[in-house]
Amino acid sequence: MFNAIMSGLSGLGSGFMNMHWSNPVMIVLGCVLLYLGIKKDVEPLLLVPIGFGAILVNIPLAGLMDDEGFLRTIYNMGISNELFPLLIFIGIGAMTDFGPLLENPKIFLLGAAGQFGIFLTIGLALFFGFAKLDAVAIGVIGACDGPTAIYVTAKYAPHLLGAVSVAAYSYMSLVPVIQPPIMRLLTTEKERVISMESSSQPASKTAKIVFPIVITIVGGFIAPKGLPLLGTIMLGNLMRESGAVGRLAKASENEIANVVTLFLGISIGATMSGPLFLKAQTLLILAFGFLAICLDTVCGVLFGKLMNVMSGGKINPLIGAAGISAYPMAARVVQKEGQKYNKFNFLLMHAVGANTGGQVGSVIAAAIMLSVLQGMGLIP
Amino acid sequence: MDNWTFGFTMIIVGMGGTLVVLSLFAVLMVLLKKIFPFKEEEAK
Repeated sequence: MFNAIMSGLSGLGSGFMNMHWSNPVMIVLGCVLLYLGIKKDVEPLLLVPIGFGAILVNIPLAGLMDDEGFLRTIYNMGISNELFPLLIFIGIGAMTDFGPLLENPKIFLLGAAGQFGIFLTIGLALFFGFAKLDAVAIGVIGACDGPTAIYVTAKYAPHLLGAVSVAAYSYMSLVPVIQPPIMRLLTTEKERVISMESSSQPASKTAKIVFPIVITIVGGFIAPKGLPLLGTIMLGNLMRESGAVGRLAKASENEIANVVTLFLGISIGATMSGPLFLKAQTLLILAFGFLAICLDTVCGVLFGKLMNVMSGGKINPLIGAAGISAYPMAARVVQKEGQKYNKFNFLLMHAVGANTGGQVGSVIAAAIMLSVLQGMGLIP
Repeated sequence: MDNWTFGFTMIIVGMGGTLVVLSLFAVLMVLLKKIFPFKEEEAK
């Protein structure tokens, strides 16, 4: 009897007995993510479920990420097969207005320059000894686009998913802190005060409807490996612009996106098990992610300066910083910086154009990257 | 393939490819605007 009671009691507190030193550290890290999300409003929709997922998975013997565990079930349901990021992309497409971009198509080029940091970071990560596919996953943090980073990493470097996702979402929210010093460093005051004229050629409704169809077909044929990313964002945008399926567009940007964001966040948090996450490699990934976003901003602003010269001084180079994909935060940063130097300057619509170009740019950069990897025989 | 060759290829093809594809998209957008021009009635 006594032995039975003692045996029963020994099961209580077994979590403490089986704790690895990294588990409490990760629980504290999970609490920090919760604090950032709840108190500091840093990407709360993602950081709250990620932080809580990190706490759950670091409590020993609960088995949440075992074969039958509920976090493993969610992970298998939508992360390992890339479903969740793609569903999020439909919602992003439904929320995005490509009108400002269609009004001034040459701004699309800033969306390309804003992705250069991805490729430069891949080169640096390789230089520091990362394996090829790991370097690709680290570089894609520079896409400044959470779903793209998760899509690529979950598929080709799943062991880095926690670090890459946390870096991608944390740095995205830090864009207002990261970008302004770089923008000021690379531009002169004379450039920063340039006012840009509004486009005299708005896009017609038909052009806005045909745009996602044409981009999907052409982009898909050029880089087929990225078609899931491009196709889903364009499907969402087609639903928005057509006006024929308002209910689906609204569901995509609200109910579906909300449910998927919850599942996505908690299952990413579930990959942050202490023994797997707490490595020197994770710190390097966080550092490279930061560098990638800085390089994106540098390349975007420098390309903006080039366009300024080529246009005879009509383009404010600050809008180049909005070529990264952090939408619409990067566009707001440009507007704010522009108005600091010329309070009558309204760069917002031009910056939104560059920013939506950056969204498509990040998807195209990932698509090209995957197609190149396939061409080299590194992925099936 | 060694890391140097891989990295160099990714940088050149990746950056160049992204720029070329988005330039192509920009041209397509100009064409779309020409084929389906904005009409004043839409503004109303």
